[in-house]
Order: sequence, then C-alpha cells, then structure tokens
Amino acid sequence: MNRQELLEMAQNERDRQSKFRCRLLCCASTPCISSGALAVEDALKKTVEALGLQAEVETVATGCLGPCSRGPLVTVKYEGKPDVTYEGVTPDLAPQIVSKHLKGEEAPELDDKAIPADWPFFKKQKKLVLAESGTVDPEKIDSYIGRSGYTAIGHVLREMTPEEVCSTMVKSGLRGRGGAGFPTGLKWDMVRKAPGERKYVVANGDEGDPGAYMDRTLMESDPHCVLEGMAIAGYAVGADQGYIYVRGEYPLAAKRLEKAIRQAERKGLLGSRILDSNFNFRIDIRMGAGAFVCGEETALMQSIMGRRGQPIPRPPYPANRGLWGGPTLINNVETFGNITTIINKGADYYASFGTEKTKGAKIFALAGKVINTGLIEVPIGITLREIVYDIGGGIPGGRPFKAAQTGGPSGGCIPAEFLDVPIDYESLQKLGSIMGSGGLIVMDDQSCMPDVAKFFMEFCMDESCGKCGPCRGGTVQMHRILGKITNGSATPEDLSKLEELCLMVKETSLCGLGMTCPNPIYSTLRYFRAEYEAHIKDHYCPAGVCQFTEKPLKIAVA
Amino acid sequence: MPETSPKKKDAGNGGADPRYKGIDRVLKRQQYKQDALIEVLTAAQEAFGYLPEEVMIYVARQLKLPFSWVYGVATFYHFFSLKPQGKHNAIVCLGTACYVGRANEIVDAISTEYSLDPGQTTPDGELTLTTTRCLGCCGLAPVVVFENQVLGKESPETTVEKIKAVLAGGSLGTVAAAQAAQEEVASA
Repeated sequence: MNRQELLEMAQNERDRQSKFRCRLLCCASTPCISSGALAVEDALKKTVEALGLQAEVETVATGCLGPCSRGPLVTVKYEGKPDVTYEGVTPDLAPQIVSKHLKGEEAPELDDKAIPADWPFFKKQKKLVLAESGTVDPEKIDSYIGRSGYTAIGHVLREMTPEEVCSTMVKSGLRGRGGAGFPTGLKWDMVRKAPGERKYVVANGDEGDPGAYMDRTLMESDPHCVLEGMAIAGYAVGADQGYIYVRGEYPLAAKRLEKAIRQAERKGLLGSRILDSNFNFRIDIRMGAGAFVCGEETALMQSIMGRRGQPIPRPPYPANRGLWGGPTLINNVETFGNITTIINKGADYYASFGTEKTKGAKIFALAGKVINTGLIEVPIGITLREIVYDIGGGIPGGRPFKAAQTGGPSGGCIPAEFLDVPIDYESLQKLGSIMGSGGLIVMDDQSCMPDVAKFFMEFCMDESCGKCGPCRGGTVQMHRILGKITNGSATPEDLSKLEELCLMVKETSLCGLGMTCPNPIYSTLRYFRAEYEAHIKDHYCPAGVCQFTEKPLKIAVA
Repeated sequence: MPETSPKKKDAGNGGADPRYKGIDRVLKRQQYKQDALIEVLTAAQEAFGYLPEEVMIYVARQLKLPFSWVYGVATFYHFFSLKPQGKHNAIVCLGTACYVGRANEIVDAISTEYSLDPGQTTPDGELTLTTTRCLGCCGLAPVVVFENQVLGKESPETTVEKIKAVLAGGSLGTVAAAQAAQEEVASA
C-alpha cells in the first residue's frame, strides 16, 4: 500500500461511518468486560437487529473511556446531537437505549444512568495519548486508519530524515513515561548515533507496579497507535526489528496487539517496504512471565533473550550495547503512544501543554479511596487537589485525605499539605516521591503508614531477583523490622537501624529495584514519623490497622 | 536433579503424548530459537497445567540448551509452576488498590476456610489459592479471579461463598447473580 491508497482508505472508512445515523460505542477493556460489557454489546446488537436498524445503527466495541469503576459504559453518538454516556449498563437496558435514541421514547430508568456532559472527571482532562481510546475499535485497523492512523509514519518516511525526527522529539520536550523522565529525543539520538549493524526498538509494557494500568489500557484500547510510534522510532534510530514486551497478566492486551500487528503487516504498514518505501520494520511480541524486576531495562532485555530476568550492571547502556550486543532503544509503551500526536500536530502544539521542564500530558491510574476511580490523562502541572477532589470527586464518606501514593514500590507518599503543588517530575522528586509509571493511590485516615511501607517492602522482598546482596538481604531485614513495628515488638533502636539499612540498600544495590525500594520508608518516615513513634513507644496505631500481639524482647529491668 | 541423558524415557517422544503437540507447534513457529524459551515454556504450562520435569527436559533437548538453564528460567518467573495446580484456581489480587481495599482479609478468609497458604493446593486437588500483584483492574478493587472470570468489589464473605458453591458443583454465574440480587435488596 502506498500513501495515496492509505488516504483513500481513510476516506472510505469515514464515508462508511457517516452513513450510520447513530453509533453505539461500548467500552470493551478489561475492567468493563469483567463487569459484563460483552453481554451488553451483544444485547445492543440483538436489539438493533430485532428492530431492523442495522443500516442506520452501528455497534462498536471500543477501548477504555476512563471511569472504570462505573462500567460497563456505553456512549451514544447521534448525528447532530451531543454524545451521551451511560454508566453501569446491564443487558436489560439495551432495548431502552435503542428505543430512546432512535424512536424518541421516554426511558426514565436511563436518565439517572447518564453521565452529565459537564462532569469534572472529563472536563479537567486533556487527552493526547488516549484521544482515540474510546472511539476506535482496537480490533479493526480500518477504524484506526479512519481516524488518520498511520499518516504520521507516512509523513515521516516521505518528508523527514531520521535526524529531523529526533530533533522534533527533542523540541517537543517529551520525556520518558516509564518513571525516570529521561528526555526521549536525546535517547533516540544516542541510539541513532551508536555504531552497530543491527539495532532494536523495545517497548516496555511490563507494568509490574501494583496499582498502575496505563500501559495495559493503551495496548488494549489503541494498539495501532503504539505500533505506529514504534515504527517511527525504528526509522529514527535505524532499527528494523522491534519487540513489545507485554506483562504476562495482560492476555487481552497481547491478543489485541497480535491481531493489530497481523492486520498492519497485511496492509503493508509494518513488515518490509512500509508504505512502498525502503524502510522495513518488524514487531514481535514477547510475553512476560510474572517478574517485577523485568520492568528494569537490562533485566527486560535478558528476558527478551529468553534468560532469567536479572539486571546487569550499566554502563554499557542499552543505547550502546543492548539486545544481542546491538544498540537498543527502550521506551515505555506510553512514551510510544505520544509519538503520533507529536508528528501529526507538531512539536510546538505538544510543548504548549505542561510545565517549563516537563511537557505534554500524563496518564494516571487513579485508585484507592476516591469516589471516581479510573484512568485519567491530565496536563502535567495539574495539582493533586484537582486530581483527587475535582476529577476523583473526593473521598468516600467525606473522610479526610491522608496521603497519595505515587510511583508504586519505588515511589513515596505525598501528604495533605502538598495537595496544591503542581505535579511534574521535579516537584515530585523534591517531595521525596517519583512520577513513576503513573499509579496514583489515594489513602484516607484508615491507612496506617508503617503498614503501607511494610506492604511495599514485602512486595520488593518477593520481587528481588536475588542477584546482588544488598537488595536480597536488605529487603528481608527491612521487612522484618517493619513487621516488628507493626506488631508492637520494636524498640527505638530498631528505627535507627531501619534508617541505616535504607541508606545502605539505596547506595549499594545493582539496579533500580534495590536503589528505589527504600523510598516508601523514607517518605513515610519524613512525613509520618510521629506515627512510627506512636507504634514503637505507645503501642498505638493511629489508623487502627495494626494488631499489637507481641511485646519488645528487651524489657527494661527496674 | 536429573541428567539430560538421551536415554531418558520420556524425553524426545513428542509424538506419544498429544499434549506435546502444542509445544512442538510453538517450537516450530519460533524456529527452534533459544531466545524463545519463555514462549515455549508458556505453551508447555498451558498444555500440562504445570511444568513436569520430563517436559522441561524435552524443551531443553529441543532447544539444545542445558537442563539447568531451562530449570533456572522456569524457577525464576512466578508464572511457571513446578507443581500440579488444583482444578479450580482462586487468584486474589494484592496490588496497592486492592490492599487499600483490604484484600488481605479475603486471603485470610480463604486460608482459614480451606486451611491453605497462598501458593498451596488442597489435598484433594480441587482448589489452589494464589496471590498476584495487580491485575490492572484497580477500579474494581478488591479483585479476585476465579474460574477465569474477574470478580470485582469482592468481600471475604462473597468470595468464600462463591468458591464453596463452585466446589460443590454449582456454576459461578448463578451465585454471582444471587449475590447481586441480595445487594440490591440491601441497598433498597
């Protein structure tokens, strides 16, 4: 297929869609499916058929719309009328939706299921990466092409040199979305300049961080967008092979990606001679098998090569020596999701969002003790208060906000006094947390901070790969001390020992897992030291979580 | 640790057991590349439900890798199990959102009901209790996966009730429907 044919195809798809008077978009991502979205879709289809409206109404299974706890969600797009989204739809409601919108009949049951158009959950968001999620059918390439899909790679191949692509990325100010925030353009340029016969592009979709599911949603909702971003990266750095590493817990994402790759290859949009140019790019899927450490880039490469996912010392960095010794570009799936927007709309448009040092928008998975949980994409620089109270709708039962946890087991907690700090990489780091991949867990006064720290330490202890001593042994000892604090047998010396251990593990571990695993302890100690002291001195848990079953071993002799 | 001797009876007789066919298909698709070890082991685990020793030996021979290498990879990743799994598998998510939603109480409830620790199977081979780190359904926390269905907004009581019903020969759908009806009555 060449560029002309691609544009024709897009026009055909748009014409086909405009023939329908009404389109019913049914969210079919994992959370909605587990609330019964497939049955709803089926019921909608059957109703439309029973009424003989197939020529006027199309039912589409789309990607995620965002408010996952309210699923299944159905959006009705009717020619010339504003879109209406319904939450908590059951198969019984399907006939009512169809009759209300197509026959104008009254349906009182539906009225309180409709999400108001000015709902702050949607209003405060800025969708750059997830712009098409919720409108395209992730299993149909035509649907993506109809929304100007694969025009970015077409433009790049015809009009731009690899240098120009890299400098566009630098200009856009895009930074790696995996957590560390390394400037994407610089990384691409490094791989482009690195000498090597074969280069590789890797998309990191091993989202092991508990409480984060941005990458899964993106891969499930708009797989072609990720693939197109990878192909552009391949052109920019001179690679002809890409791997997308999908976490083993995400079978639906893998299935949809596989389908997307097959469809794109058949149409000549991936594989050899893409869009009749001289550029070849293949993408293969690699499935993870349940190891958190594989999110670390060197461990990830080991896993792609079929070995134990243990990290190796850097340097050499993957940009110089990566997969099979070749220069390798590793970016997060979400980073690749940004590429098409930057190419299509320009680096300046992209850079107009965000703060001085961090541009664009970031996807967060909002969960925990908030009313509206789900997936949100917000401009960088938004405050935590806006996320929790406007988008999230506040805390259930009007309880007080205690802390927000970002960055998972490598991150930290942000207490209530910093609710108004604009969120970007630097400000979070100053607060002792990290942006991380985007998990944002809200906690109210019923969460006990030493217990939270213990939870994350237990996670790190289980997931430590065991290669280096500080992490393997340090996590066990830190977990043991936290266990003592939460069961009442800790002494004040334990606290200082804990701090000493944190420093040791942080300074001497081999990879990111060990270096960052004391962060939850550091940040909870920094803001909630009184809570630790209450546990140790007074045997009292302010949140009422810990059961003090043990006594300190060392009892002062009178 | 057994040796990868060619005399080993089960090794290499891919034709005898139909379950080896699934492994062979993946081996061929991956062109017997050693890098594809994880994919091949995943296929093997799907076919057998776990990774018996002779299957790992078979994979090692086919990919021309030492058995120790295959064993090392199989024991590194949580997804692979060297022990047979129960007929039904209850997976409780222990991600952060589920933890804040007190998922550990669900684990405790199942453990006491069936005297199982996470990772163990009941002696009759009916039920395995597994914990996992985040399934990415945080909006529905706490989440349990049972009978390959994701169950959201669970409580210790509802989960144990569902497991009991399924182990007694019932189906998950009817229990879930009954519970949903009960909730509606309660909320009304």
